Amino acid sequence: MNKVYHQVDNIAGSVINIRAKDVKYGELAEVTSRNGSSLAQVIRLDGEEVSLQVFEGARGVATDAKVKFMGRAMQVPFSEDLLGRIFTGSAVPRDKGPKLEENMIDIGGPSVNPAKRIIPKNMIRTGIPMIDIFNTLVESQKLPIFARAGEPYNQLLARIALQAEVDVIILGGMGLKHDDYLYFRDTLEENGALSRSVMFIHTASDPVVECLMVSDVSLATAEQFALEGKRVLVLLTDMTNFADAMKEIAITMEQIPSNRGYPGDLYSQLASRYEKAVDFDTAGSITILAVTSMPGDDVTHPVPDNTGYITEGQFYLRDGRIEPFGSLSRLKQQVNGDTREDHRTIMDTMIQLFSSYRETVEKKSMGFRMSDWDNKLLKYGERFENEMMDLSVNIPLEGALDLGWEILADCFDAIETGINSDILDKFWPKK
Amino acid sequence: MNKVNGKITSVNGNMISVRFDEAVSLNEVGYAILGEVKLMAEVIRIRGTEADMQVFEDTKDLTIDGIVEFTGELLSVELGPGLLTQIYDGLQNPLPQLAEKCGFFLERGVYLDALPRETKWAFTPTAKVGDTLTAGETLGTVPEGIFEHRVMVPFNFDGRYTVESISAAGEFTVSEVIAQLKDSDGKIHDITMLQRWPVKLPITAYTERLRPTTPMTTKTRIIDTFFPVALGGTYCIPGPFGAGKTVLQQLTSRYADVDIVIIAACGERAGEVVETLREFPELTDPRTGKSLMERTVIICNTSSMPVASRESSVYTAVTIAGYYRQMGLNVLLLADSTSRWAQALRETSGRLEEIPGEEAFPAYLESVIAGFYERGGIVTLKDGTTGSITIGGTVSPAGGNFDEPVTQATLKVVGAFHGLSRARSDARRYPAIDPLDSWSKYPSIVDETQSNMAKALLRRGTEIGQMMKVVGEEGTSIEDFIIYLKGEYLDSVYLQQNAFNDVDSACSAERQQEVFGTICDFLEADMNFADKTVARTFFHKLAQTTKDWNFIEMESPEYKQVMTKLETMVAEVSNNE
Repeated sequence: MNKVYHQVDNIAGSVINIRAKDVKYGELAEVTSRNGSSLAQVIRLDGEEVSLQVFEGARGVATDAKVKFMGRAMQVPFSEDLLGRIFTGSAVPRDKGPKLEENMIDIGGPSVNPAKRIIPKNMIRTGIPMIDIFNTLVESQKLPIFARAGEPYNQLLARIALQAEVDVIILGGMGLKHDDYLYFRDTLEENGALSRSVMFIHTASDPVVECLMVSDVSLATAEQFALEGKRVLVLLTDMTNFADAMKEIAITMEQIPSNRGYPGDLYSQLASRYEKAVDFDTAGSITILAVTSMPGDDVTHPVPDNTGYITEGQFYLRDGRIEPFGSLSRLKQQVNGDTREDHRTIMDTMIQLFSSYRETVEKKSMGFRMSDWDNKLLKYGERFENEMMDLSVNIPLEGALDLGWEILADCFDAIETGINSDILDKFWPKK
Repeated sequence: MNKVNGKITSVNGNMISVRFDEAVSLNEVGYAILGEVKLMAEVIRIRGTEADMQVFEDTKDLTIDGIVEFTGELLSVELGPGLLTQIYDGLQNPLPQLAEKCGFFLERGVYLDALPRETKWAFTPTAKVGDTLTAGETLGTVPEGIFEHRVMVPFNFDGRYTVESISAAGEFTVSEVIAQLKDSDGKIHDITMLQRWPVKLPITAYTERLRPTTPMTTKTRIIDTFFPVALGGTYCIPGPFGAGKTVLQQLTSRYADVDIVIIAACGERAGEVVETLREFPELTDPRTGKSLMERTVIICNTSSMPVASRESSVYTAVTIAGYYRQMGLNVLLLADSTSRWAQALRETSGRLEEIPGEEAFPAYLESVIAGFYERGGIVTLKDGTTGSITIGGTVSPAGGNFDEPVTQATLKVVGAFHGLSRARSDARRYPAIDPLDSWSKYPSIVDETQSNMAKALLRRGTEIGQMMKVVGEEGTSIEDFIIYLKGEYLDSVYLQQNAFNDVDSACSAERQQEVFGTICDFLEADMNFADKTVARTFFHKLAQTTKDWNFIEMESPEYKQVMTKLETMVAEVSNNE
C-alpha cells in the first residue's frame, strides 16, 4: 500500500527532494539510509517534486536512501502514562522508560473556536510580590519572560512551576543546554513534582527540526490534558531558539526573509503556538510561560517584538529582578479587583512613586542637590528594591500588600502619595 | 453557471497552484475537494493556464492532481437583516453556530449560512407597484433590534427598475421573494431580503460623499478635546505592544456616540475577543438602554486562525459597515490590528515570490491600505439622509518604531493620528496617547483657542521638565516651575482617565466642555507661591481634589460643591486682577 522511493534528488540542510506521486501535503515519511533512519515530513509539493524536512537532519542521508510514505501526518501518543516521562521533540523516550504507541493524537491541530473560550478569572499565586501584586499571573494566560543571556530565567521558570497550583506541568525545552535540562529534571524531582510533569526536551546538540516540533508536541499533549478537565501549565524555554530553527529551515528552502533573516510568517507561527493557551468553557485550561531570550538585550529584535504583540503581557528579567517598567500582565485586571480592595491602589501608587525614584536617581547621578522630596524618594526606592523586587522574597499577596502600606507610610506623608481619600482613610497605617 | 474544475499542480503552505482549461477570473472563489471536505480558496494570480489560489484553511493532506471546483463568484458576504449581534469569522461563518456543530475546535471545511434562514422578519413595504427605483433605494423595512432595517434594491442593479409587485406587510424569511422588479429590457427580477456583495468592492449606491465635520464623541477626553475624530473620518492608533491600543479600542467600542459598531479583530489575541463577546451582551448601551451587543457585529479572525482569511476579514467588516451606512446610520469600524492584515499580505506575497518592497512588504502595500481607509466617509443617500463609516485602525509597528512601512502608509491617508507612547504607558499614564506627537484634522468639541493654549502649555511644560533634568530644580525660575506644574496637572487630571472607574472612564461631551473650561481658567490664573515646595504641595492637593471630582457623577450635588471648592483653592493663590 505505502509506496517506497529510492531516489533522492537534492539534499540541502535538513531538507531533501524526491520525485513521487500521490503524496499528501504534511504527510510523514520514514527516510532510511546506511547511517540510520529518521522521520520526515512533506513541506512542499510541486508537480511530482516533493520536499521533505528530515527530523534528525539530512546528515548522512544517501542519494539512494529509502523513503517510505506513511499516509498520515505527525502524531504523538497520549495517556496518563506520559506523566513523569521525558521525551525528545519527536516524542521518542529520552529516559529509560518504554516506548508509548497507543492512542495517537495529531499535533498542530485546529485553533479553538473563540466562542468556546471563557474570560479567565483565576489568579495563579506565585508568592513573588512583583508578580502577585504588580503583574498578577492568571490561569490560561500566555506570558513570556524576556531576558538577555545569563539571566536566571530558567530558575524563575522552575520556581513558578513548583509554587503554582496546577494539575499538570509540561516542559518544552528547545535548544536547551544539557546542564539546564538536568537542572529542570532534578529540581522537579527533588520537589516531588516530576510525577505530575511531562518533559519534551530538545538540547542544543540535537537535530534542528526536532526543535521545531517541541512546542507543537508539548501543546498537543497539554490540550488533551486540558480537555480532560486538567489545569495545565506549559513551560517553554527558549522560544528564540525555536524562531532561529524556523529561520534556518526557511533560508534552506530559499524563502524570502522579511526582517533579520526571519521568515515573513514568524508572527503567525509564534501566534499559532501561543494561542493554544486557553480556558475552555466546561473543561480545563492551558497556561503558557515561555522564555524569550533577547539577543543583545534588544526588545525590538524580531522575536521578542513579535512575541510581545501576541502574548498577554511580558515579564522583563533584568539583573536577576523582575523589572517593574515594561513588565505587564494584561489579564491582571480580570483578577486584581477581587483580591483585596487596596490591591490596585498599592499597585498603581507604588509604581508611580518608583518611577519618580528612578528620575531622582538619575538627577542624583548628575550631581544635583537633593530636595526633601528627592530624599524621601531615595529612601522609598531602596526599600522597594530590597523588600519587593528581590526575587528571593517569598510572601503571599496579602502580606505583600500590608508591607506596601508600611513602606509608603514609612517614607511619605499620606497626601504626597496621591491616593484617593476613601482608600487612605481605610488603609493608611495609623502611627 | 457552469462549474469549471481544475487540478492542483503544487502545494506550498496555504498557497496552491491549479491548472484550469475554461475561463477563471481573479478573486474568484474555488473549493479544493478533499474527500468529504471542501476547502475554500480564492484566486489571487493567474499565469497562463495556472491559477495561484490562497486557501482559507489548513492545506494538510491535499495532493497533486486533486480537484478544485471553481464557483464563478467573487469572494462575497451575505447582507440582510440578522447581521447585528453576530460573531463571524473572517469569511462570515457564525462562530457560535460553528461551536454548536463542531465543539471546541474550528474544523476546516465547515461553512454555515451567515444569516439564519428560518427567522421571520416583519416586513413593511414602502415602495408601491409602478414606482421607479435604482440600486440602494428602499423597497420596505423590517425592525432589526432597535433599528429600522431597510430592504433595498440590490446594489449591483444598474439603471432604473420598475416595481412589478411587492408583498403586503407580513412575516418573511430572508430567502423568500418580497418583490419583483422589471428592468429597462422588460426582464423580471425576484428580490429577497438577502443580497450578496463582493467584499473587495466598495458599495457606492449613494449620491454624494461629504466632508466629515461633525465630531464623533468617544468619551475619552484626550481624543474628544485634543485629537477629535469626525463622523465619517478615519484615524489610526499606532503603538508598541503593551501601550494600550486594545483597551482604548474596547472603550471606544462601548462609549462611542454612533449607531452601529463593527469590531474587526484581525490577527490579534483570541482572549481579547472573548472579553468583548462575553461582556457586551451584559453591558447596556447608555443611548438606548438595550444590550450593547444589539448594535455590534464582531468579525473575528484571531492570530491562530488561517492567515488568508485574516486578509479578507477587514474587507468583510467594511462591507457590512457599508451596508448599514446605506440605511442612513452612523457606523464605526474598529480594526485591530491593521498591521496583522498587512503581514497577511506579506506572507501571501512571499509565497507568490513577488519582488519584495521595504521590510519584505509587497510594493502595493500603500495603495491597498489607502483603498481600505477610503471606504470610510460620510455620504448623502438617494433619499437625502446621510450615513457614515468612521474607521479606526490600530497599527502595531515592529519595535514600536513609527518609521516602518505600515504606519507610514497609514498616516498618509488618515485624518487623525493617536500615537501611543511607551514612556507614557510605562509611567501608567492611561490613555498613553502622546499629546505632543498626535494630531487631528477634524474640529474639536471645545473652543479651538483654549485647546491650543492648553497644548502650548503642555509643550512648554515638557520643555521645562527636560531642562530641569539638566539644570536641576534650583536652576529653574519659579515662573517656569509653575508652568511645569500646570502642565503636569493638566496631564494628570484631564489627559489621563481611569479606565476602571465607571464615571471617569466615560466623560460626556457636555462634561468635557465644562471641566475643560474650568481647568483652562486654572491654567491661565496668575499664581503666586512663596517657594517651589509650597507650589508643589499646592498642585498635589489640587490634582487630588480634581481627581476626586472626576469620580463624581455630574448629576450629583457634590459635583458642583467640589467645583466651587477647586475654584476657591485656585483663587486663594492667585493674584487679583
